[in-house]
Amino acid sequence: MGVEQGTGAARDFGAELSVAASGARELRCWGQWSVRTLAALEQLLAQMHWPEGGDVLVDGSGITQLDTSGAWLLHRTMSQRSAAGGAVRLQGFRAEFAALLQLLASRALLHEAPVAPAPPWLARVGRQGWTALAGFWSYLAFIGESALALLTALRHPHRLRWRPILHNVQTAGVDALPITGLLSFLMGLVIAYQGADQLQRFGANIFVVDLVALAMLRELSPLLTAIIIAGRSGSAYTAQIGTMKVTEEIDALRTIGVGAQDMLVLPKLIALVLVMPLLTVYTDVTGVLGGMVMAKLKLGVGFGAFVDRLDDAVQLSSYWTGLVKAPVFALIVALVGCHRGFQVGGSADSVGAQTTVSVVQSIFLVIVTDALFSIVFLWLDL
Amino acid sequence: MTTLPGRSAAPAVIDVRGVHTRFGDAVVHDGVELSVDAGQVFALVGGSGSGKSTLLREIILLQRPLAGSIRVFGQEVIGLSDEAALPLRRRWGVMFERGALFSALTVTENVAMVLAEHTDLPPRLIREVAALKIALTGLPADAGAKYPSELSGGMRKRAALARALALDPELLFLDEPTAGLDPLSATGIDELVRSLRDGLGLTIMMVTHDLDLLWRAADRVAVLGNGRIVGVGTMSELSHSDHVLVRQYFHGPRGRAALEQAWKTK
Repeated sequence: MGVEQGTGAARDFGAELSVAASGARELRCWGQWSVRTLAALEQLLAQMHWPEGGDVLVDGSGITQLDTSGAWLLHRTMSQRSAAGGAVRLQGFRAEFAALLQLLASRALLHEAPVAPAPPWLARVGRQGWTALAGFWSYLAFIGESALALLTALRHPHRLRWRPILHNVQTAGVDALPITGLLSFLMGLVIAYQGADQLQRFGANIFVVDLVALAMLRELSPLLTAIIIAGRSGSAYTAQIGTMKVTEEIDALRTIGVGAQDMLVLPKLIALVLVMPLLTVYTDVTGVLGGMVMAKLKLGVGFGAFVDRLDDAVQLSSYWTGLVKAPVFALIVALVGCHRGFQVGGSADSVGAQTTVSVVQSIFLVIVTDALFSIVFLWLDL
Repeated sequence: MTTLPGRSAAPAVIDVRGVHTRFGDAVVHDGVELSVDAGQVFALVGGSGSGKSTLLREIILLQRPLAGSIRVFGQEVIGLSDEAALPLRRRWGVMFERGALFSALTVTENVAMVLAEHTDLPPRLIREVAALKIALTGLPADAGAKYPSELSGGMRKRAALARALALDPELLFLDEPTAGLDPLSATGIDELVRSLRDGLGLTIMMVTHDLDLLWRAADRVAVLGNGRIVGVGTMSELSHSDHVLVRQYFHGPRGRAALEQAWKTK
């Protein structure tokens, strides 16, 4: 007998190559050839040095266990040998193991799927730009579709779905009362507290009313409400519509002959446009209330004095400039939330990604729109 | 006890004793008893809502019955902690009815993930073994790089089977393996199931409605009805059963057609 190499890594499994003087080579395998021993066996086979040419005999009489992974390793080794020239013969395999090897040989036309090369940077930039542009167009298209659906619905009000609208009023509006109220109360508290020191220094304690009321009514209360609703309801819209898209419910709606716009978008849009101004008025009140409490505690301005001053401090226009933003913010939150939902692809990951985009975009757009409002109001001298 | 004469003395791979399950007031299982021997293709059938899938979920530790005992590989699984269940879970593979592939991963990644999680194989070998499993289930090579959402229903099923086979399990659970497949692919699946059973000594437990599959691949069939097993045996034994639920199941128009087909091919 000739050289022996590559004896088993462990006692209970392994392989051994022997080369006879005639040049005939024999690979003796034994023990467990399974996914558990695969790593060691592969290393063992890789270390073997195969002399050139000649036939190979694979002796599997010692194999006690063979699963598809082990069979794959044998199959691969054998195809490598026959590719290098020389016939490969099997010997001593149990019938079921031989059948398994046969099965692999018949099924495993193994060419790994080619990995597409990464595109050059210019192509990537182009693709990203195109995606951004396409996203913008799809926004426009979505706004158009929604407007059209809204117009049709307004022409036939009896076709409006009041039940989902009321349901949305409940979930986006009534259910949001505690959190919006609490946060705006705290906001009023904080503003009064921050201003107290400065005002006290000038003995202008009573002007805390102007500070709190104007800040809350003109800016903070609509903005705060819109941001909370974007996080609370906008994300829910995206997740709901997105999940419905994954489970093909949107397609089902279409085949039943119900427009997804009518069923899913309009009720949310209408409900939010109704509810957001109401919530804003409510947060106006709670915010000012927070300021009142802090004014009494820190500055000694009583509730009566506070309310008296409120009359002079706040003109009606201040109240309106705050309130008029609310429905616009509602439109933004509802449209972005629903649109992102429809952008969801087929996977759970995509729902998460689009929900994130939805919240970030609607908050971004709300703040940008708020800035635009400020500029317009400045021009109009309001 | 349902011990049949002439059965091997080897312990059953799955042994279900007196399982009771209830959802609210609805009694699903009212003392289910069954056992599956090693190397068997065992099928569980029954009408919709008869609790087949629930029983399957109880065996694979996704749900807990109210009372009873379920032994898999001789080990009691009811009340087993996740950690204690891990060695068991590595010995079985499950294919869910709707695939349940991870939608964020490609088909190859779905299979490779199981291997990477439970073995210490080098990445290259993992890719190769994953590609092998995918090829074994009859999927084309380019399917590996696709995401589940880009696959047809039948291909998704095959991919799910490839993932269930990733660790070369000793026990395979199939929930409706051929539902939603064209007849040709369904035949491919049951041929594959049988060749895996013959080659690897795999034990297979499946829940199915496919009468053709039952005739061709199942060694033993249990019929679930009224919360109990109302009949166990080979298909030809069951087709002679007198129990009304079994008769309804196997002697409807479809049952008869499959029966005739089975006789013709014999």
